[in-house]
Amino acid sequence: MKTYIQVFLTFARNSLVRDLSFRTNFLLQCVTSISWAIMNWAFFKIIFAQGKNIAIGKGTGWTENEFFIFLGTVWIINAIVQTFFMPNAQEFSELIRTGNLDFALLKPIDTQFLVSFPRLNWASLANFFLGIVVVVFYANALMHDAVNPLSLSVFQVLSYIVFIGAGVVIMYSVMISLAATSVWLGRNQNLYMIWFYLTNFYRYPMEIYQRGVIGWGLWGFFSFVVPVLVVANVPARTLAQPLRESGGNRWENWLILLLFTMALVSLWVSRRVFRWALSSYRSASS
Amino acid sequence: MWAKASTWWTYFRVSLEERMVYRGDFIIGVMMRFLPFATQVFMYWAIFETLQANEQPEGRLTGEIGGFTFYDLIAYLLLVTVTRAFSSMPGLTSGISNSVRNGEVKKYLIQPIDMVGFMLIQRVAHKLVYYVMAFLPFAFWFYLFRDCFTNGIPGVEIFAVYLLSLVLSFLLGFFLETCMGLIAFWYLEVTSLTFIYMLFNFFLSGHMFPLTWLPGEFEWAVQALPFQYLAYFPAAVFLGKITGAALYWGIVVQIAWVFFFFLLSRLLWHRGVKRYSGFGG
Repeated sequence: MKTYIQVFLTFARNSLVRDLSFRTNFLLQCVTSISWAIMNWAFFKIIFAQGKNIAIGKGTGWTENEFFIFLGTVWIINAIVQTFFMPNAQEFSELIRTGNLDFALLKPIDTQFLVSFPRLNWASLANFFLGIVVVVFYANALMHDAVNPLSLSVFQVLSYIVFIGAGVVIMYSVMISLAATSVWLGRNQNLYMIWFYLTNFYRYPMEIYQRGVIGWGLWGFFSFVVPVLVVANVPARTLAQPLRESGGNRWENWLILLLFTMALVSLWVSRRVFRWALSSYRSASS
Repeated sequence: MWAKASTWWTYFRVSLEERMVYRGDFIIGVMMRFLPFATQVFMYWAIFETLQANEQPEGRLTGEIGGFTFYDLIAYLLLVTVTRAFSSMPGLTSGISNSVRNGEVKKYLIQPIDMVGFMLIQRVAHKLVYYVMAFLPFAFWFYLFRDCFTNGIPGVEIFAVYLLSLVLSFLLGFFLETCMGLIAFWYLEVTSLTFIYMLFNFFLSGHMFPLTWLPGEFEWAVQALPFQYLAYFPAAVFLGKITGAALYWGIVVQIAWVFFFFLLSRLLWHRGVKRYSGFGG
């Protein structure tokens, strides 16, 4: 265990040194990703400005302030995924294609660990902090709401953090499984695209899918098969409590259970997929 | 004259075939492109539900945001993907600026051909291939949401104007991005410029939401800048949101913008080539 932590810290340090050796580029990347996030925020700001009662779904409680907590949560999770996993998943596909995975297989350390963390993209962490700022700002606004104030206990804040952790585990599992498919597909150039399209579904409160046959179908698929819907929904619900006025609802607890079950299951499945992929791997180099 | 036309025709055919190479990838790509659209439909469905004052038969949504009902909005977002298929030029600015930076532009200087003209031919060819291959996926999605086009297909006159403004949006997108790329003759790094362009495009072209949703203070920016012609204008024309004098005035302004950027691109090219110096082979 100690070795793993040390190796991880070395990876983190090396990546930081590497990122900071091109300082202007690093800053530019931070500015770019922050601008994207702000555009995203402004987009919803425009929508919410269209009417007083606008919410994401009738009776769901996702009005402006609650929804921006949701959005901030999505940014936090996205930033973690992009900092820690994204560059590595892409690199993993490349390792398979070039045959350089041989070198990773030879090292006396768990291969999945070794390909999962060597390169961290520190600039992506900018949105992590921006997400925290947004969540804190809107949570504060909700707590001072005149009509329907939000009250938060330390326990709730802690569970928010733990739930985000569980969500990140799910995202990691989906991503590493996707990346592992390059063993069979040879080149997985579309990895980023597929990832983008899949995760597009997790960026909204799950209530929007709970209608119609197609909607429920999507809801079921993204809750149980590729369980990305619980990733942001559970932590955001815990903090923003959209239904606090009507005394909350019971299915909250079921969602929490689903989140943790899915985190464990997907981690296990991704481990299996990874092992399976390795057993099918034939080195490409000579 | 004939020799020139034959050169251009050959280049056009080469560009066509170059694009046909990755067909499978391509069609899957177009199909997938609509997935984010599905989430948007569900999101707006949920939002418009909150505007509903009383229950309607068959759950029809009656609310309006900025003059757009839910059905108008879905039709609008579909139409905008069509306009974007005309006006977006992936990789044009960066392609030109890269070829200036790494000296590839030399090949156009020593050959009796015009770089911008050739790039235009290349884009026309690529776009044509795109429309042929993307036709089925687009038709599928339009058919799926056919009920959202509550006004049906517009009359001949409006439709002709619509087609014209689509072609103009292609030209506008092309010359605008070419100009940005040519700025590389003066400043080698144009990525920050591209980023600012994208930022403006996001809010002022209308490809994310109808421009009528923008707060009133931005109205002048919409009118004064060419971005609305890259997405909003043709779609709004199709939906009958722009009629009468405004319609023809809009087309005139769009033509003027195309001319402006065409002339600007000629100017930038001639001035830029004079500044340019290439070394080595």
